[in-house]
Formats: sequence, structure tokens, C-alpha cells
Amino acid sequence: MESLLTLLIFFPAVAGILGFMIEKENMRAYAIAVASIEFLLSLLLWVGFDPSNVGYQFREHASIIPSFGVNYDLGIDGISLFLIILSTFMTLIALIGLTIKEEYKNLVISIMFLEMTMVGVFAALDVILFYLFWELSLVPMLYIIGAWGSDRRIYAAIKFFLYTFAGSLIMLVGFLYAAYLYHQATGVWSFSIENWQNFAFGYKAQLWLFAAFFIGFAIKVPMFPFHTWLPYAHGQAPTIGSVILAAVLLKMGSYGFVRFSLPMFPDASAHFIIPIAIISLIMIVYTAMVAYAQKDMKQVIAYSSISHMGVIVLGTFALNSEGIAGSLFFMLSHGVVSGALFMLVGVIYDRKHTKMMNEFGGLASVMPRYATIFAIMLMSSVGLPLTMGFVGEFLSLLGFYKVSPILTAIAGTSIILGAVYMLSLFKKSFFGPITHEENKNLKDLTTQELSALLPLVALVIFLGIYPKPVLKPINDSVEAMVHKMEEKAVLPKTKEFIHKVNSVKKDEK
Amino acid sequence: MINPISVDMASLNIATLAPMSIIILGALAIIIIDLISGKLTKSFYVMISELFILLALGAVFGFNSNSRGMFDMMLIDGIAMLGQAIILIASALFIPLALTSKRFHEFSYPEFFALFLFMIAGFQFMVASDNLILIFIGLETASLSLYTLIAMHNRDRSFEAAIKYFTMGAMAAGFYVFGAMIFYALTGSVEIHKIAASLELNHFQPISAVLLATVFMLGAIGFKISLVPFQTWVPDVYEGASAALAGYMSIVPKIAGFVVAMRLFEFLVHADVPWVQDMLWWVAVLTMTLTNIMALVQKGVKRMLAYSSISHAGFAMSAILIGTTQANSSLFFYWILFTFTNLGAFTMLWVSRHKAKENKFGSRFDHPYEKFSGMIKIQPVNAVIMAMFMLSLAGVPPFSLFWGKLYLMSSAVNAGFITLAIIMGINSAISVYYYLKLIVYMFLKEPHTNDGTIYMKNASTTLKTIIGLAAFATLFAIFTTGPLLEMITKYVIASGY
Repeated sequence: MESLLTLLIFFPAVAGILGFMIEKENMRAYAIAVASIEFLLSLLLWVGFDPSNVGYQFREHASIIPSFGVNYDLGIDGISLFLIILSTFMTLIALIGLTIKEEYKNLVISIMFLEMTMVGVFAALDVILFYLFWELSLVPMLYIIGAWGSDRRIYAAIKFFLYTFAGSLIMLVGFLYAAYLYHQATGVWSFSIENWQNFAFGYKAQLWLFAAFFIGFAIKVPMFPFHTWLPYAHGQAPTIGSVILAAVLLKMGSYGFVRFSLPMFPDASAHFIIPIAIISLIMIVYTAMVAYAQKDMKQVIAYSSISHMGVIVLGTFALNSEGIAGSLFFMLSHGVVSGALFMLVGVIYDRKHTKMMNEFGGLASVMPRYATIFAIMLMSSVGLPLTMGFVGEFLSLLGFYKVSPILTAIAGTSIILGAVYMLSLFKKSFFGPITHEENKNLKDLTTQELSALLPLVALVIFLGIYPKPVLKPINDSVEAMVHKMEEKAVLPKTKEFIHKVNSVKKDEK
Repeated sequence: MINPISVDMASLNIATLAPMSIIILGALAIIIIDLISGKLTKSFYVMISELFILLALGAVFGFNSNSRGMFDMMLIDGIAMLGQAIILIASALFIPLALTSKRFHEFSYPEFFALFLFMIAGFQFMVASDNLILIFIGLETASLSLYTLIAMHNRDRSFEAAIKYFTMGAMAAGFYVFGAMIFYALTGSVEIHKIAASLELNHFQPISAVLLATVFMLGAIGFKISLVPFQTWVPDVYEGASAALAGYMSIVPKIAGFVVAMRLFEFLVHADVPWVQDMLWWVAVLTMTLTNIMALVQKGVKRMLAYSSISHAGFAMSAILIGTTQANSSLFFYWILFTFTNLGAFTMLWVSRHKAKENKFGSRFDHPYEKFSGMIKIQPVNAVIMAMFMLSLAGVPPFSLFWGKLYLMSSAVNAGFITLAIIMGINSAISVYYYLKLIVYMFLKEPHTNDGTIYMKNASTTLKTIIGLAAFATLFAIFTTGPLLEMITKYVIASGY
């Protein structure tokens, strides 16, 4: 199908509009039906994906402003394919696990619009189109956090919106400047990501553009010191909001690094490795410590998200195929795992209306199935081998080892610190005697919750043992990208560096 | 013996006057009809005005660009046509707002519509001339009509607004005359192109006199298009005027002012006259930034929109200081998109207009934020449409004004004004906070009552159609930007800007 990507993007939006006309009682079935169709469409994308082609596939093209070079340009490669599937999959899972009853219809419609923007961000090959979906994704999320969140939801929603919006406007100026430079050099207006990736920006310009893009992406990731919106957003958001925020929206930032910063500005990327690595280390270590100090389960997971995003950024800026492919795989696994953890917290919140760890204790004996699934997800989050979390984290760190063993050693503490805060969370709430009488009668997982969580468990274990079907296409596209970066770098120093960090692997072969 | 003056009719080029003549004839016709038959109601007058406006619009487009007429008083070039087109289209969209379901005092007078048409003609003369005297006459005709239109709203605040606007406007007129006088003293001409040529010949000496004239002119035009520090009248006047007229004021007088500013300042900017560009830079930057910050603390939606429209004027003003073809095109592009969005936003306020004594919110404002609280639960479609207008004003893609901002920022970047572009970006980020405030009230707060009628007090089919039209134009701007931009650029290039 030639127009599969367009269908994938706009199907949820159209379904959302039609959803206004559905009666409340039918809405749940409708929501799951739409999300399933969307998920199947994205699987169809995988089926039709040609793994031997490392370039962009499923291309679609139409003009928006011809005189200004703005086009409706879509396409995917191994890098974006799985992020699209992750988006549709997590949306489906989150909708299955959705337990909110009030204003259910509005919530589902917002989720559908959000799904449109998520797929759109990953499928866009035109900078303006990318920006359009990127900004539009804020609006439904604002509504979801602000309308269904906890007490300070409005503050959290506005903080989330303002932070990201401000960052992306700086990024927009960067986009326009890049387009101007491209126009100066070629005489053509173009906002095509592909054209920009093939165009060698001057070194000075790269530094400025990198900085402008970086602000936009870093706020979204979120990187230290711009991370303060995230704990609020997570803390106040309803479960489904947290799941989608952690699973997909944060990945837009790290995807931006891989799609824009690295291939467009290889010299600037190499130039900024150490500062970025230091920021990442602060994210990893500092937020892990903060996570340990939290009393609220959801906050622990929120801070652990920041910590893990630090590893992802570190892997991306290893500038070699292991690091980048690893970080992309880590994005997927973090999406699945943190999404699952947020859902699990949501499960207990629905029962007790509190997320404080000291309100629990001994849950393992009351809710054995819940405790088991929680344990599996927790192990994967910590990075236990044979779970999905291990593969990505290990590869990201391995990649960066070639850049700097010392920094990698510090980053490696993420596994240890992760184990510390996660296991202490588990100990406090699941083991020991039952300290609160009312907890004795808590119900274990219902069928609805199980049907949302079991696919995640299966995925985490399967891809932990056999990641190849996913990792291979990612790796192929990444290798092509790294090769292009080396070719296109304007400074010999950068060429050497990229060659060096990538060559060890070739010796081993 | 004085030689008899003989004027060739062809050299007068009467056709340049056609659009204005149609409008003036229309105004006179309305007065005459009122004399003959006193029984006609507003729907007749609205529609007859609408027809004359559309006729004039047709006359504007049926004209070849770049010609002069009436002893060179008239200048119909590309930007004159664009300016007239925007004025007429905006007027055609705003005049039906008189067809409300509630009865309003001012619309029962046919004079309202006659004055409205006279005002349009005044604005048309402003944009279609580069003769400082004719521009002044147009400006005053339009302003005097507008003062009266505001006062006709017949509420305490309306009189206050009209008087305030009148006194400040009189001062601006004084500024204008002083500026024109100095230019005339320097060059012996009141035609802008001759002034430019003559000043260039003298290398802009004496510079202090040129700058003084420029400052006076900037004051006069800055008052009309509400640039800092001449913006203080705007919120009070908007608050006093009806929402429909306030929306109109946020668009039409300003585009007329921008065209005059473009004719007047462009050559000064291009000639690198010292300080002129810096002056415009500071005015534009302060206009967008300060008013954005003031808008943050407003409690009434209409006042917020007043400040927001000043800030948008600051955005558009930066196009004039950049002065490239792309920037000038982007000014018109921006303003056309802004017209539709602001039309929608003000009409939404207009349909929810209630009587002063029905104010349940204990606030001195007609439209406090609290009024819209929880609107999504009562009237979801209207809330979504209003939210769309707010997001568009904030510059969230894909809604219309985003494309205007994009193109304007791009023209800034392309001309080397990177700092200005970043300031625009930051200002958009600041402004999103107050637009969001309304969205937060509509979507995230609990409703006051379950009585949806407060949002639709004043609705009629006509008003709903206008809202629908504005929403459609805002939502689907992505499909119209390409051709629109091409057309605008063609006209702007044709007139040499």
C-alpha cells in the first residue's frame, strides 16, 4: 500500500472525530477497536518493510507551500519503524487498561488525536511537518493531564506545555536558520530532512544550529537541568497520561537527536560529546538518587525515567552503531517497561487511591499475581539480563565505552543505583508484614488488567532473549547513518573520531 | 490673463477612484433611503452595506496594478490593492455581526451603516495614495467615523472609550501634521516618492530634521497601529466598544496604518538613515514584549485579546523594519491569517454577550475568564472552536497564524535579524500562557452553572455562519497558505517593495 503512512497518521484522527457521535456505553469497545486497527496497520508496515533497504521507505510526497519548500513528506526507516509500532502498541495497551469513567468519551478522543501526532512525528520527513506534529502533541496531553489528573493537575499541565513550547520555538528559529543556509548554498528552499542530512553545514553554523535544536530536544527528553516539568507531569497525570508520556512522548526528544542532530551536524555532535555526556551522567546519577528519596511510587518511576533517558542520550552520543542502535532499542524497552510500571502503579492507585509506599507493605501475599508482574517489570527496568531492559542499556554503555571508559564506568552505576531504588520500592511495598489492615482485602489483578499487562510481560521476556528481529533493522539503518556522518563531516578531526569509535568492531569481525 | 486650465479626462484616470466611489455612494444611498422610508430594519441595511462592500471588492480586483490618477494623488499599486482587499474583506466579514438575536441600540440607526461605509472609504484612501495630505484626509475621515461608531454602543464605558480614543487620536493627528510639515519644509513636496528622491539627493541632511519628522510620523502611525508607547488607549477602547467593533478595530485600521508605514519608513530603512532602523527595532520589540507581559495579568478575555492584538501588531511591525520583499509579503500574509482568527475569537465573545445587569460573575468585565469555566462540559463544540482560535493566536501549528509566524520569522532570519527572530519565538512562548489560561478555564475547570445559554445569548444563524467560516479558515490554513503566499508575493513585487 502506497499510502499506508498517511492512513496510519490520520486514521486515529478521523476515528476521533467520528467518536463524537458514539454513545457513551459503546465508547470503550470503539476505542479498543480503533486502537487495534491502528496497531494492525502498524504491523502491516513492519510486514511491508524491506529490511535490505537502509534508506527511507513508504515515501509519500505532496506540496504544501511550493515557493517556500514546505512539503508533506513521509517515510520511515529502521529507526522510526519500531517507534511507530511502539506508539500504536502502547496506545492500545493503555486503552485496554483504562479505568477512568468520568468524561470517558473526551478522554478517548484526546488519546486518538494524540496517537495521530505521535505517529506523525516519527513518520514526517519534512522539518515543518515534524514540527507541526511535535507541537500539536502538546495540546491533547495538556488536556489529559489537566482534566483527569490529581490535585495540582492544572499547574503540572501548564508547566509541561510552557516548557516544551518555549524550547521548541527556539528549535523553530534553528530550523529556519538551517533552511536559510541551505537556500544560500543551493538556491533552493527545502525543509526536507533527507536533503538536510545530505547537506554539509559549515562548522560554525553547525555549532549554533546544534545548540538551537538541542534546546528543543533536551527539554522534551528531558535532560538536566530542564527536567523539572517531568516529575510534576507524571505525578499529576492520570495513569494513561503517564503511560503515553513515558512510553512515547519522551522518545520524541531522543528520536530528534538521532534523526536531526547526529546526521545533520556530525562535527558539532562530536564537538559536544563530553558536555553532553556530563549532563547525561548528572541525569543518571543525580536523578537516581532523587528517585531513592521519593515516598511516592509514581515519583520513583518518574525519576527513574529521567535516569534511563540519561543512558539513552549517552548511547546516542557514542556516535557509533552499537551505541546508537542500543539507545534506540533502549527507547523501545524503556517505553514498554516504564509504561508497564506506570500501569501497575495505576492498578494499586485505583484500589487504594494512594501511591505512597508507606501505605503498603506485604502486598506480595495479598496480590501474588500483581507482585509477580511488578517484579518482572522491575527487573527489566533495572536491566537484568534476559529481559528487554538489559539489551539496550548494555549496548548503549558498550557503545560509549569506546569513547570514554571512565565516563562509562560512572554511567554504569545506573544499573546499581537502579537496583537500589527499585528494590527498596519493592521491599517497602511488597514484602514484610501487612502493616495496614485494609490492605488485607485488596483484590488481585482483574481480567481487564491482566489482558493489558500480560502482552507487555511476554514482550519484555521475548525481546530480552531474542532481540534480533527488532535490533537488526535498527542496526542496519544506524550503520548507514553513521557511515554518512563520517563521509559528510567537514573537519578531519571528526572523521577520525567517528572512524575510531566505529572501527574496533570491525577488527573483531 | 490666466490661462484656462484644461485637464484631460484620461490623465485623471478616474477608474482609480472606483472602489472608494462605490463605498461613498453606498453610504449616501443609505442616508437617502432612510429619508424616504423610515421603516426598514437593520437586516436591510446590513445586507445593502454588504453588497456595496462586495461591489467595491470586485472593483479593486478588476484593476491593473501600478497606476496613478487624479493629479498623482491616487496610487494604485500592488500593496494598495492588497490593503484595500484586506480592508474590504474584513469589513464584509464584520458587518454581518450586526445581525444579532438580541437588539442593540446602535444598529437601529441607519446612520451606523452609513458611517461604517464612510470609514471604509477613509481607510481605502489611506492605502491607495502616497500623498501625505490625502492620507491625512483618509485617516481623519475614518477616525471620526470610528469614534462615533464606538460611542453609539451606548454604555457608560463606550462614551469613555470614544472620548479617550478621540483625544488621543487628535494628538496623533497633530503628530502627523507636524511630521508632514517638516517633510514638506525639507523637500517641498507632500508625495512620498518625491520626498524620498529629494531626501536622497540631499543625503538626508539635515539629519536632525529628518529624524524629527520620522519620530512625529512614527508617533502618529504608532498610535493608529498601537505600538508601544502609544498603546495605552487600546484596552480601554476595546473594552468600551462592542466585541464586534473591537475585533474590527484590531484589524482594519491597523492594516491601513501598516501600508502607510510601509510607504513611509521603507525608504528610510533602505537608505540606512542612522537610528531609523534601531528606532523601529526597539518599538517592535517593546511592543511585542511589554504588551505580552501586560496581557498575562488581565482578568477579562476582551482586555486580554486587546493586549494580544497589540502584541501581534508588534510582530507585524518587525516586518517593516526588516524591509525585504519576503518580509513585506509576510506582513500581508500574517494580517490576512490574523483577520480570520481574530474575527473568530471576537465573534465568540460577541455571541456570548449578555446584558450588563445579568452579570453573574461579580466582575466588572463583560467576559471574565470565569464565565468560560467548564465550557467543554456544556458546549463541547464551541469550546473546541474557541480553543482553536486561541491556539492559532499562540502560533501552534497547523492553525492559521502559525504559518504567518513561520514566514515572518523566516524573513527575519533570512535578513540577518536572528536576535529578532529569537525574540519573536520567546514572545510566542510568553503569549501561549495567557491564551492557555482561557483554555484552562474552558477545559480544565468545573462549570459554574449547567446553563449553556450564557454562551449563546446573542447567537443567530448569521453569527454562527461567521464563526464556522473563521474556524474553517483557521483549521485548514495549511491548504491555502501556498497559493495565498504566491499571490501576495506577486503583488508586493509588482509594487516594488
